[in-house]
Amino acid sequence: MPNFHRKLERSAIGFVLAIIGVSAIGGFVEIAPLFTIQETVEKAPDMRVYTPLETAGRNIYIREGCYACHSQMIRTLRDEVERYGPYSLAVESQYDKPMLWGSKRTGPDLARVGGKYSDQWHVAHLINPRAVVPQSVMPKYGWLMRTELNTADLGQHLAAQRKLGVPYTETQIANASADAYGQASPDSPYAGGVGERYGEATNVRAFDGEPGRLTEMDALVAYLQVLGKLTDAAHKQTAATGK
Amino acid sequence: MDHAERDPVTGRMTTGHEWNGIEELDTPVPRVVLFFLAAATLFAIGYWLLMPAWPLGWTYTKGLLGIDQRQVVTQQVQEAAAERASWTSRIEQTSFAEIAADPALMRHVRDTGRTLFADNCGVCHGTDGKGGPGYPNLASGAWLWGGDPETIAQTIRVGINSTSKDTRAAQMLAFGRDGVLDRAQVLAVTAYARSLSGQTLLEAEQARLPAGKEVFAANCVACHGTEGKGMRDLGAPDLTDTVWTYGGDAQSVYASIHSGRQGHMPHWEGRLSAAEIKLLALYVGTLKEGAR
Repeated sequence: MPNFHRKLERSAIGFVLAIIGVSAIGGFVEIAPLFTIQETVEKAPDMRVYTPLETAGRNIYIREGCYACHSQMIRTLRDEVERYGPYSLAVESQYDKPMLWGSKRTGPDLARVGGKYSDQWHVAHLINPRAVVPQSVMPKYGWLMRTELNTADLGQHLAAQRKLGVPYTETQIANASADAYGQASPDSPYAGGVGERYGEATNVRAFDGEPGRLTEMDALVAYLQVLGKLTDAAHKQTAATGK
Repeated sequence: MDHAERDPVTGRMTTGHEWNGIEELDTPVPRVVLFFLAAATLFAIGYWLLMPAWPLGWTYTKGLLGIDQRQVVTQQVQEAAAERASWTSRIEQTSFAEIAADPALMRHVRDTGRTLFADNCGVCHGTDGKGGPGYPNLASGAWLWGGDPETIAQTIRVGINSTSKDTRAAQMLAFGRDGVLDRAQVLAVTAYARSLSGQTLLEAEQARLPAGKEVFAANCVACHGTEGKGMRDLGAPDLTDTVWTYGGDAQSVYASIHSGRQGHMPHWEGRLSAAEIKLLALYVGTLKEGAR
Protein backbone atom coordinates (compact mmCIF):
# COMPACT_ATOMS: atom_id res chain seq x y z
CA MET A 1 0.00 0.00 0.00
CA PRO A 2 2.68 2.60 0.91
CA ASN A 3 4.44 1.71 -2.32
CA PHE A 4 1.24 2.13 -4.35
CA HIS A 5 0.68 5.56 -2.82
CA ARG A 6 4.29 6.48 -3.40
CA LYS A 7 3.84 5.68 -7.07
CA LEU A 8 0.48 7.45 -7.34
CA GLU A 9 1.54 10.69 -5.73
CA ARG A 10 4.45 10.96 -8.13
CA SER A 11 2.21 10.85 -11.20
CA ALA A 12 0.60 14.28 -11.53
CA ILE A 13 -2.25 13.32 -13.87
CA GLY A 14 -2.91 10.02 -12.12
CA PHE A 15 -3.11 11.75 -8.75
CA VAL A 16 -5.52 14.45 -10.06
CA LEU A 17 -7.76 11.75 -11.53
CA ALA A 18 -7.68 9.85 -8.24
CA ILE A 19 -8.70 13.01 -6.32
CA ILE A 20 -11.58 13.66 -8.74
CA GLY A 21 -12.66 10.04 -8.42
CA VAL A 22 -12.66 10.07 -4.63
CA SER A 23 -14.49 13.38 -4.29
CA ALA A 24 -17.07 12.25 -6.87
CA ILE A 25 -18.09 9.49 -4.46
CA GLY A 26 -19.41 12.15 -2.08
CA GLY A 27 -21.50 13.75 -4.80
CA PHE A 28 -22.73 10.44 -6.10
CA VAL A 29 -23.75 9.19 -2.68
CA GLU A 30 -25.23 12.44 -1.36
CA ILE A 31 -26.71 14.22 -4.38
CA ALA A 32 -27.67 11.62 -6.98
CA PRO A 33 -30.07 9.67 -4.71
CA LEU A 34 -32.10 12.84 -4.08
CA PHE A 35 -33.38 12.48 -7.64
CA THR A 36 -34.30 8.81 -7.31
CA ILE A 37 -35.65 8.52 -3.75
CA GLN A 38 -39.34 9.49 -3.89
CA GLU A 39 -39.75 10.72 -0.31
CA THR A 40 -37.03 13.40 -0.65
CA VAL A 41 -39.61 15.94 -1.79
CA GLU A 42 -43.09 15.63 -0.33
CA LYS A 43 -46.24 16.20 -2.36
CA ALA A 44 -48.15 19.47 -2.30
CA PRO A 45 -50.54 19.51 -5.26
CA ASP A 46 -52.38 22.62 -4.00
CA MET A 47 -49.24 24.75 -3.77
CA ARG A 48 -49.41 27.97 -5.74
CA VAL A 49 -46.59 29.74 -7.56
CA TYR A 50 -45.26 33.20 -6.67
CA THR A 51 -47.14 36.06 -8.30
CA PRO A 52 -45.11 38.45 -10.48
CA LEU A 53 -45.04 41.03 -7.65
CA GLU A 54 -43.83 38.41 -5.17
CA THR A 55 -41.23 37.24 -7.68
CA ALA A 56 -40.01 40.84 -7.97
CA GLY A 57 -39.88 41.02 -4.17
CA ARG A 58 -37.93 37.79 -4.08
CA ASN A 59 -35.44 39.24 -6.55
CA ILE A 60 -35.04 42.29 -4.30
CA TYR A 61 -34.57 39.97 -1.30
CA ILE A 62 -31.73 38.31 -3.21
CA ARG A 63 -30.31 41.63 -4.52
CA GLU A 64 -30.13 43.15 -1.04
CA GLY A 65 -28.59 39.99 0.39
CA CYS A 66 -31.30 39.42 3.01
CA TYR A 67 -30.39 35.72 2.99
CA ALA A 68 -26.99 36.63 4.44
CA CYS A 69 -28.63 37.24 7.84
CA HIS A 70 -32.05 35.58 7.58
CA SER A 71 -32.62 31.88 7.01
CA GLN A 72 -35.83 30.48 5.53
CA MET A 73 -35.43 27.04 6.97
CA ILE A 74 -36.96 25.96 10.26
CA ARG A 75 -34.80 23.07 11.40
CA THR A 76 -36.03 19.97 13.21
CA LEU A 77 -35.08 21.43 16.58
CA ARG A 78 -37.52 21.90 19.42
CA ASP A 79 -36.70 25.55 20.06
CA GLU A 80 -37.14 26.49 16.39
CA VAL A 81 -40.39 24.55 16.03
CA GLU A 82 -41.82 26.14 19.19
CA ARG A 83 -40.78 29.63 18.12
CA TYR A 84 -41.44 29.66 14.36
CA GLY A 85 -43.91 26.84 13.70
CA PRO A 86 -43.70 23.49 11.87
CA TYR A 87 -40.26 22.54 10.53
CA SER A 88 -39.66 23.32 6.86
CA LEU A 89 -40.31 20.70 4.20
CA ALA A 90 -38.39 20.36 0.96
CA VAL A 91 -41.61 20.76 -1.04
CA GLU A 92 -42.14 24.25 0.39
CA SER A 93 -39.10 25.40 -1.60
CA GLN A 94 -40.03 23.58 -4.79
CA TYR A 95 -40.66 26.88 -6.61
CA ASP A 96 -37.68 28.64 -5.01
CA LYS A 97 -35.10 28.68 -7.75
CA PRO A 98 -32.56 29.19 -6.32
CA MET A 99 -33.63 28.21 -2.81
CA LEU A 100 -33.02 30.76 -0.04
CA TRP A 101 -32.70 28.47 2.97
CA GLY A 102 -29.58 30.25 4.20
CA SER A 103 -27.56 29.17 7.19
CA LYS A 104 -26.56 32.46 8.82
CA ARG A 105 -29.08 33.28 11.51
CA THR A 106 -28.25 36.81 12.65
CA GLY A 107 -31.90 37.80 12.32
CA PRO A 108 -34.93 35.60 12.91
CA ASP A 109 -35.93 32.85 10.51
CA LEU A 110 -38.42 34.09 7.90
CA ALA A 111 -39.81 30.81 6.57
CA ARG A 112 -43.23 31.47 8.16
CA VAL A 113 -43.20 35.24 8.59
CA GLY A 114 -46.08 35.70 6.12
CA GLY A 115 -49.10 37.20 7.92
CA LYS A 116 -47.27 37.39 11.23
CA TYR A 117 -46.90 41.18 11.18
CA SER A 118 -48.84 43.94 9.47
CA ASP A 119 -47.81 45.59 6.19
CA GLN A 120 -47.36 48.89 8.01
CA TRP A 121 -44.98 47.23 10.41
CA HIS A 122 -42.89 45.77 7.58
CA VAL A 123 -42.73 49.15 5.85
CA ALA A 124 -41.75 51.01 9.05
CA HIS A 125 -39.24 48.28 9.89
CA LEU A 126 -37.60 48.26 6.46
CA ILE A 127 -37.33 52.07 6.40
CA ASN A 128 -35.73 52.11 9.84
CA PRO A 129 -35.60 48.90 11.89
CA ARG A 130 -34.73 50.85 15.05
CA ALA A 131 -38.03 52.74 14.84
CA VAL A 132 -39.94 49.63 15.84
CA VAL A 133 -37.31 47.28 17.32
CA PRO A 134 -34.86 49.45 19.32
CA GLN A 135 -32.27 46.68 19.76
CA SER A 136 -32.18 45.72 16.05
CA VAL A 137 -28.87 45.62 14.15
CA MET A 138 -30.52 45.42 10.71
CA PRO A 139 -29.52 48.04 8.09
CA LYS A 140 -32.05 50.55 6.79
CA TYR A 141 -33.67 49.98 3.39
CA GLY A 142 -35.50 53.29 3.05
CA TRP A 143 -34.84 53.67 -0.68
CA LEU A 144 -37.17 50.77 -1.44
CA MET A 145 -40.03 53.15 -0.66
CA ARG A 146 -38.66 55.77 -3.08
CA THR A 147 -37.75 53.46 -5.94
CA GLU A 148 -40.35 52.63 -8.57
CA LEU A 149 -40.55 48.92 -9.30
CA ASN A 150 -39.44 47.88 -12.75
CA THR A 151 -42.23 45.64 -14.00
CA ALA A 152 -41.36 45.60 -17.69
CA ASP A 153 -39.23 42.44 -17.51
CA LEU A 154 -41.32 40.44 -15.05
CA GLY A 155 -42.78 38.30 -17.83
CA GLN A 156 -39.27 37.26 -18.75
CA HIS A 157 -38.48 36.45 -15.13
CA LEU A 158 -41.53 34.19 -15.04
CA ALA A 159 -40.53 32.59 -18.34
CA ALA A 160 -37.05 31.91 -16.97
CA GLN A 161 -38.57 30.34 -13.86
CA ARG A 162 -40.74 28.17 -16.11
CA LYS A 163 -37.63 26.90 -17.87
CA LEU A 164 -36.39 25.80 -14.44
CA GLY A 165 -39.59 23.89 -13.79
CA VAL A 166 -42.01 26.33 -12.14
CA PRO A 167 -45.41 25.73 -13.77
CA TYR A 168 -46.30 29.23 -14.98
CA THR A 169 -48.94 29.34 -17.70
CA GLU A 170 -48.83 31.40 -20.89
CA THR A 171 -51.49 33.81 -19.57
CA GLN A 172 -49.59 34.29 -16.32
CA ILE A 173 -46.46 35.18 -18.25
CA ALA A 174 -48.32 37.43 -20.71
CA ASN A 175 -50.05 39.37 -17.88
CA ALA A 176 -47.05 39.54 -15.54
CA SER A 177 -46.57 43.31 -15.60
CA ALA A 178 -50.29 44.08 -15.26
CA ASP A 179 -50.67 41.56 -12.42
CA ALA A 180 -47.72 43.06 -10.56
CA TYR A 181 -49.41 46.46 -10.71
CA GLY A 182 -52.84 45.06 -9.89
CA GLN A 183 -51.72 43.16 -6.80
CA ALA A 184 -50.59 46.38 -5.13
CA SER A 185 -53.52 48.49 -6.43
CA PRO A 186 -56.73 46.87 -5.17
CA ASP A 187 -58.97 49.55 -6.70
CA SER A 188 -57.45 49.38 -10.18
CA PRO A 189 -58.98 47.38 -13.04
CA TYR A 190 -55.88 45.15 -13.02
CA ALA A 191 -56.55 43.79 -9.53
CA GLY A 192 -59.22 41.28 -10.54
CA GLY A 193 -56.94 39.25 -12.80
CA VAL A 194 -54.52 38.52 -9.97
CA GLY A 195 -57.05 36.47 -8.01
CA GLU A 196 -58.20 34.79 -11.20
CA ARG A 197 -54.73 33.63 -12.15
CA TYR A 198 -53.17 32.97 -8.72
CA GLY A 199 -56.13 32.06 -6.50
CA GLU A 200 -58.54 34.14 -4.48
CA ALA A 201 -56.44 33.74 -1.32
CA THR A 202 -53.72 35.93 -2.87
CA ASN A 203 -53.02 39.14 -0.94
CA VAL A 204 -54.20 42.07 -3.06
CA ARG A 205 -53.61 45.37 -1.27
CA ALA A 206 -51.43 48.48 -1.24
CA PHE A 207 -48.55 46.87 0.63
CA ASP A 208 -46.58 50.09 1.08
CA GLY A 209 -49.66 52.10 2.03
CA GLU A 210 -49.67 54.14 -1.19
CA PRO A 211 -52.19 52.67 -3.65
CA GLY A 212 -51.22 54.76 -6.67
CA ARG A 213 -47.52 53.94 -6.80
CA LEU A 214 -45.81 50.61 -7.36
CA THR A 215 -42.54 50.65 -5.44
CA GLU A 216 -39.89 48.10 -4.59
CA MET A 217 -41.31 48.26 -1.06
CA ASP A 218 -44.62 46.91 -2.41
CA ALA A 219 -42.81 43.98 -3.98
CA LEU A 220 -40.65 43.08 -0.99
CA VAL A 221 -43.52 43.30 1.52
CA ALA A 222 -45.76 41.25 -0.80
CA TYR A 223 -43.04 38.61 -0.89
CA LEU A 224 -42.51 38.64 2.90
CA GLN A 225 -46.27 38.38 3.50
CA VAL A 226 -46.53 35.17 1.45
CA LEU A 227 -43.59 33.31 3.01
CA GLY A 228 -44.86 30.03 4.41
CA LYS A 229 -48.32 30.65 2.94
CA LEU A 230 -48.00 28.96 -0.47
CA THR A 231 -48.98 25.56 0.91
CA ASP A 232 -50.05 24.11 4.26
CA ALA A 233 -48.16 20.86 3.63
CA ALA A 234 -45.92 21.44 6.67
CA HIS A 235 -48.87 21.75 9.04
CA LYS A 236 -50.41 18.56 7.64
CA GLN A 237 -47.08 16.73 7.91
CA THR A 238 -46.60 17.74 11.55
CA ALA A 239 -50.12 16.62 12.38
CA ALA A 240 -49.49 13.26 10.69
CA THR A 241 -46.12 12.69 12.45
CA GLY A 242 -47.65 13.54 15.82
CA LYS A 243 -50.09 10.65 15.64
CA MET B 1 14.60 5.59 -4.02
CA ASP B 2 17.65 6.73 -5.88
CA HIS B 3 20.00 7.64 -3.09
CA ALA B 4 18.00 6.95 0.06
CA GLU B 5 20.39 7.06 2.93
CA ARG B 6 20.32 7.31 6.69
CA ASP B 7 20.44 10.82 8.09
CA PRO B 8 23.28 10.92 10.58
CA VAL B 9 21.58 13.42 12.96
CA THR B 10 18.10 11.85 13.41
CA GLY B 11 18.91 8.32 12.36
CA ARG B 12 15.96 8.32 9.92
CA MET B 13 15.98 7.51 6.22
CA THR B 14 15.77 10.32 3.64
CA THR B 15 13.42 10.34 0.65
CA GLY B 16 16.37 10.02 -1.69
CA HIS B 17 15.70 13.31 -3.45
CA GLU B 18 18.15 16.14 -3.33
CA TRP B 19 17.49 19.75 -4.32
CA ASN B 20 20.48 22.05 -4.32
CA GLY B 21 22.00 20.02 -1.60
CA ILE B 22 18.83 19.95 0.52
CA GLU B 23 17.50 16.53 1.36
CA GLU B 24 14.16 15.55 2.93
CA LEU B 25 13.55 13.18 5.80
CA ASP B 26 11.11 10.36 5.05
CA THR B 27 9.32 10.61 8.41
CA PRO B 28 6.45 8.13 8.67
CA VAL B 29 2.96 9.27 9.74
CA PRO B 30 2.81 9.20 13.55
CA ARG B 31 1.12 6.13 14.97
CA VAL B 32 -1.40 8.15 16.94
CA VAL B 33 -2.78 9.64 13.70
CA LEU B 34 -3.18 6.19 12.23
CA PHE B 35 -4.90 5.10 15.43
CA PHE B 36 -7.46 7.90 15.26
CA LEU B 37 -7.98 7.27 11.55
CA ALA B 38 -8.79 3.66 12.34
CA ALA B 39 -11.03 4.67 15.25
CA ALA B 40 -12.93 7.15 13.07
CA THR B 41 -13.42 4.50 10.39
CA LEU B 42 -14.80 2.04 12.92
CA PHE B 43 -17.13 4.73 14.30
CA ALA B 44 -18.35 5.48 10.78
CA ILE B 45 -19.13 1.82 10.14
CA GLY B 46 -21.06 1.63 13.40
CA TYR B 47 -22.93 4.81 12.50
CA TRP B 48 -23.82 3.48 9.05
CA LEU B 49 -25.38 0.45 10.65
CA LEU B 50 -27.29 2.29 13.36
CA MET B 51 -28.46 5.47 11.61
CA PRO B 52 -30.10 6.22 8.24
CA ALA B 53 -27.09 6.40 5.92
CA TRP B 54 -26.61 4.74 2.55
CA PRO B 55 -28.72 5.34 -0.54
CA LEU B 56 -29.92 2.20 -2.32
CA GLY B 57 -31.37 3.52 -5.56
CA TRP B 58 -35.05 4.09 -4.77
CA THR B 59 -34.69 3.86 -1.01
CA TYR B 60 -32.01 4.07 1.66
CA THR B 61 -30.80 2.12 4.69
CA LYS B 62 -33.00 3.09 7.63
CA GLY B 63 -30.51 2.13 10.36
CA LEU B 64 -30.99 -0.40 13.14
CA LEU B 65 -32.06 2.25 15.69
CA GLY B 66 -34.85 3.47 13.42
CA ILE B 67 -34.20 7.12 14.31
CA ASP B 68 -35.99 9.80 12.27
CA GLN B 69 -35.21 13.49 12.95
CA ARG B 70 -38.78 14.53 12.33
CA GLN B 71 -40.20 11.99 14.75
CA VAL B 72 -37.55 12.97 17.30
CA VAL B 73 -38.42 16.65 17.20
CA THR B 74 -42.16 15.96 17.21
CA GLN B 75 -41.70 13.75 20.24
CA GLN B 76 -39.57 16.35 22.00
CA VAL B 77 -42.21 19.00 21.43
CA GLN B 78 -44.91 16.65 22.69
CA GLU B 79 -42.86 15.72 25.77
CA ALA B 80 -42.25 19.36 26.56
CA ALA B 81 -45.97 20.04 26.16
CA ALA B 82 -46.76 17.12 28.45
CA GLU B 83 -44.36 18.52 31.04
CA ARG B 84 -46.14 21.85 30.93
CA ALA B 85 -49.55 20.19 30.84
CA SER B 86 -49.79 20.24 34.64
CA TRP B 87 -50.51 23.96 34.44
CA THR B 88 -51.38 24.59 30.74
CA SER B 89 -54.38 22.29 31.04
CA ARG B 90 -55.59 24.34 33.99
CA ILE B 91 -55.15 27.52 31.97
CA GLU B 92 -57.15 25.98 29.16
CA GLN B 93 -59.98 24.78 31.36
CA THR B 94 -60.43 27.39 34.08
CA SER B 95 -61.95 30.80 33.62
CA PHE B 96 -59.92 33.99 33.42
CA ALA B 97 -61.10 35.13 36.85
CA GLU B 98 -60.06 31.86 38.50
CA ILE B 99 -56.62 31.94 36.88
CA ALA B 100 -56.10 35.55 37.92
CA ALA B 101 -56.91 34.57 41.51
CA ASP B 102 -54.37 31.72 41.50
CA PRO B 103 -50.86 33.06 42.28
CA ALA B 104 -49.11 29.86 41.18
CA LEU B 105 -50.80 29.93 37.77
CA MET B 106 -50.16 33.63 37.38
CA ARG B 107 -46.46 33.02 37.95
CA HIS B 108 -46.50 30.68 34.96
CA VAL B 109 -48.41 33.32 33.01
CA ARG B 110 -45.74 35.93 33.76
CA ASP B 111 -42.79 33.61 33.02
CA THR B 112 -44.06 32.03 29.83
CA GLY B 113 -45.97 35.12 28.76
CA ARG B 114 -42.81 37.21 28.63
CA THR B 115 -41.21 34.88 26.06
CA LEU B 116 -44.39 34.44 24.03
CA PHE B 117 -45.00 38.18 24.02
CA ALA B 118 -41.42 38.98 22.97
CA ASP B 119 -41.49 36.40 20.16
CA ASN B 120 -44.83 37.40 18.71
CA CYS B 121 -46.10 40.75 19.98
CA GLY B 122 -42.98 42.63 21.05
CA VAL B 123 -41.86 43.69 17.58
CA CYS B 124 -44.84 46.07 17.31
CA HIS B 125 -45.95 46.69 20.89
CA GLY B 126 -42.40 46.71 22.30
CA THR B 127 -41.00 44.04 24.59
CA ASP B 128 -42.30 46.10 27.55
CA GLY B 129 -45.71 46.49 25.88
CA LYS B 130 -45.43 50.27 25.75
CA GLY B 131 -46.03 50.39 22.01
CA GLY B 132 -44.73 53.06 19.68
CA PRO B 133 -45.96 55.43 16.99
CA GLY B 134 -48.90 53.59 15.41
CA TYR B 135 -48.77 50.66 17.83
CA PRO B 136 -50.97 50.93 20.93
CA ASN B 137 -49.47 51.08 24.39
CA LEU B 138 -50.69 47.99 26.25
CA ALA B 139 -49.25 49.10 29.57
CA SER B 140 -51.18 52.35 29.81
CA GLY B 141 -54.58 51.05 30.80
CA ALA B 142 -56.16 52.87 27.86
CA TRP B 143 -57.89 50.28 25.68
CA LEU B 144 -59.31 50.62 22.19
CA TRP B 145 -61.46 47.49 22.33
CA GLY B 146 -61.53 46.78 26.04
CA GLY B 147 -59.01 45.53 28.57
CA ASP B 148 -60.68 42.58 30.26
CA PRO B 149 -58.99 39.25 29.45
CA GLU B 150 -61.94 37.92 27.40
CA THR B 151 -61.85 40.97 25.12
CA ILE B 152 -58.07 40.95 24.78
CA ALA B 153 -58.18 37.23 23.91
CA GLN B 154 -60.78 37.96 21.23
CA THR B 155 -58.63 40.77 19.80
CA ILE B 156 -55.61 38.45 19.66
CA ARG B 157 -57.70 35.71 18.07
CA VAL B 158 -59.24 37.69 15.20
CA GLY B 159 -56.95 40.71 14.93
CA ILE B 160 -57.89 44.23 13.88
CA ASN B 161 -58.49 44.99 10.20
CA SER B 162 -56.87 41.62 9.59
CA THR B 163 -57.47 38.97 6.93
CA SER B 164 -59.54 36.85 9.34
CA LYS B 165 -63.21 36.74 8.38
CA ASP B 166 -64.22 37.58 11.97
CA THR B 167 -61.78 40.45 12.25
CA ARG B 168 -62.45 43.51 14.34
CA ALA B 169 -62.74 46.40 11.91
CA ALA B 170 -62.17 50.06 12.56
CA GLN B 171 -61.25 52.98 10.41
CA MET B 172 -60.73 56.65 11.10
CA LEU B 173 -61.95 58.36 7.94
CA ALA B 174 -59.73 60.73 5.99
CA PHE B 175 -61.87 63.80 6.65
CA GLY B 176 -59.49 66.24 5.03
CA ARG B 177 -58.18 64.21 2.13
CA ASP B 178 -61.61 62.95 1.12
CA GLY B 179 -63.07 66.47 1.24
CA VAL B 180 -65.53 65.98 4.11
CA LEU B 181 -63.95 68.90 5.99
CA ASP B 182 -62.02 71.85 4.63
CA ARG B 183 -58.67 72.92 6.00
CA ALA B 184 -60.10 75.46 8.46
CA GLN B 185 -62.51 72.88 9.83
CA VAL B 186 -59.75 70.28 10.28
CA LEU B 187 -57.63 72.87 12.09
CA ALA B 188 -60.57 73.81 14.30
CA VAL B 189 -61.45 70.25 15.27
CA THR B 190 -57.76 69.50 15.84
CA ALA B 191 -57.69 72.21 18.47
CA TYR B 192 -60.95 70.96 19.99
CA ALA B 193 -59.74 67.35 20.09
CA ARG B 194 -56.56 68.43 21.82
CA SER B 195 -58.51 70.47 24.35
CA LEU B 196 -60.43 67.35 25.42
CA SER B 197 -57.35 65.89 27.08
CA GLY B 198 -56.55 69.17 28.79
CA GLN B 199 -53.51 70.05 26.70
CA THR B 200 -52.26 73.63 26.79
CA LEU B 201 -53.35 75.31 23.58
CA LEU B 202 -51.87 78.25 21.75
CA GLU B 203 -53.97 81.42 21.54
CA ALA B 204 -54.74 80.77 17.90
CA GLU B 205 -55.98 77.31 18.78
CA GLN B 206 -58.16 78.60 21.57
CA ALA B 207 -59.82 80.95 19.12
CA ARG B 208 -60.80 77.94 16.99
CA LEU B 209 -62.42 76.01 19.84
CA PRO B 210 -66.07 77.08 19.29
CA ALA B 211 -65.91 76.16 15.60
CA GLY B 212 -64.10 72.97 16.47
CA LYS B 213 -66.80 71.97 18.91
CA GLU B 214 -69.42 72.28 16.17
CA VAL B 215 -67.39 70.24 13.71
CA PHE B 216 -66.81 67.62 16.39
CA ALA B 217 -70.51 67.35 17.18
CA ALA B 218 -71.36 66.97 13.52
CA ASN B 219 -68.67 64.49 12.47
CA CYS B 220 -66.89 62.79 15.35
CA VAL B 221 -69.42 61.91 18.02
CA ALA B 222 -70.76 58.88 16.15
CA CYS B 223 -67.58 57.01 17.04
CA HIS B 224 -65.80 59.03 19.70
CA GLY B 225 -68.94 59.86 21.68
CA THR B 226 -70.37 63.24 22.68
CA GLU B 227 -67.73 63.69 25.36
CA GLY B 228 -64.92 62.26 23.22
CA LYS B 229 -64.51 59.28 25.52
CA GLY B 230 -64.43 56.85 22.62
CA MET B 231 -66.44 53.67 22.05
CA ARG B 232 -64.92 50.30 22.68
CA ASP B 233 -67.45 48.49 20.52
CA LEU B 234 -66.10 50.41 17.54
CA GLY B 235 -62.47 50.53 18.62
CA ALA B 236 -62.69 54.32 18.75
CA PRO B 237 -60.08 55.75 21.11
CA ASP B 238 -60.79 57.87 24.16
CA LEU B 239 -59.64 61.41 23.30
CA THR B 240 -59.82 62.69 26.87
CA ASP B 241 -56.88 60.71 28.22
CA THR B 242 -53.20 61.42 27.63
CA VAL B 243 -52.49 58.20 25.73
CA TRP B 244 -52.04 58.72 21.98
CA THR B 245 -51.33 55.94 19.51
CA TYR B 246 -50.42 58.31 16.67
CA GLY B 247 -49.26 61.26 18.78
CA GLY B 248 -51.19 64.00 20.52
CA ASP B 249 -49.31 67.07 19.26
CA ALA B 250 -51.12 69.41 16.88
CA GLN B 251 -49.36 68.11 13.78
CA SER B 252 -50.06 64.43 14.52
CA VAL B 253 -53.70 65.04 15.38
CA TYR B 254 -54.09 67.13 12.24
CA ALA B 255 -52.55 64.31 10.19
CA SER B 256 -54.90 61.76 11.76
CA ILE B 257 -57.97 63.85 10.96
CA HIS B 258 -56.79 64.86 7.50
CA SER B 259 -55.57 61.48 6.20
CA GLY B 260 -57.39 59.06 8.48
CA ARG B 261 -55.94 56.10 10.33
CA GLN B 262 -56.40 52.38 9.99
CA GLY B 263 -54.23 50.25 12.21
CA HIS B 264 -53.68 46.61 11.40
CA MET B 265 -53.16 43.78 13.83
CA PRO B 266 -52.76 40.28 12.38
CA HIS B 267 -55.01 37.51 13.67
CA TRP B 268 -53.20 34.90 15.73
CA GLU B 269 -55.72 32.08 15.68
CA GLY B 270 -54.02 29.24 13.84
CA ARG B 271 -50.53 30.55 14.57
CA LEU B 272 -50.90 30.37 18.35
CA SER B 273 -52.81 27.69 20.25
CA ALA B 274 -55.95 28.51 22.26
CA ALA B 275 -54.01 28.11 25.51
CA GLU B 276 -51.25 30.42 24.29
CA ILE B 277 -53.80 33.09 23.33
CA LYS B 278 -55.45 32.79 26.73
CA LEU B 279 -52.11 33.03 28.46
CA LEU B 280 -51.13 36.10 26.41
CA ALA B 281 -54.43 37.81 27.19
CA LEU B 282 -53.67 37.42 30.90
CA TYR B 283 -50.05 38.45 30.42
CA VAL B 284 -51.07 41.63 28.60
CA GLY B 285 -53.22 42.43 31.62
CA THR B 286 -50.13 42.28 33.86
CA LEU B 287 -48.12 44.72 31.72
CA LYS B 288 -49.61 47.69 33.54
CA GLU B 289 -48.05 46.56 36.83
CA GLY B 290 -44.62 46.63 35.22
CA ALA B 291 -45.22 50.09 33.77
CA ARG B 292 -45.86 51.67 37.12
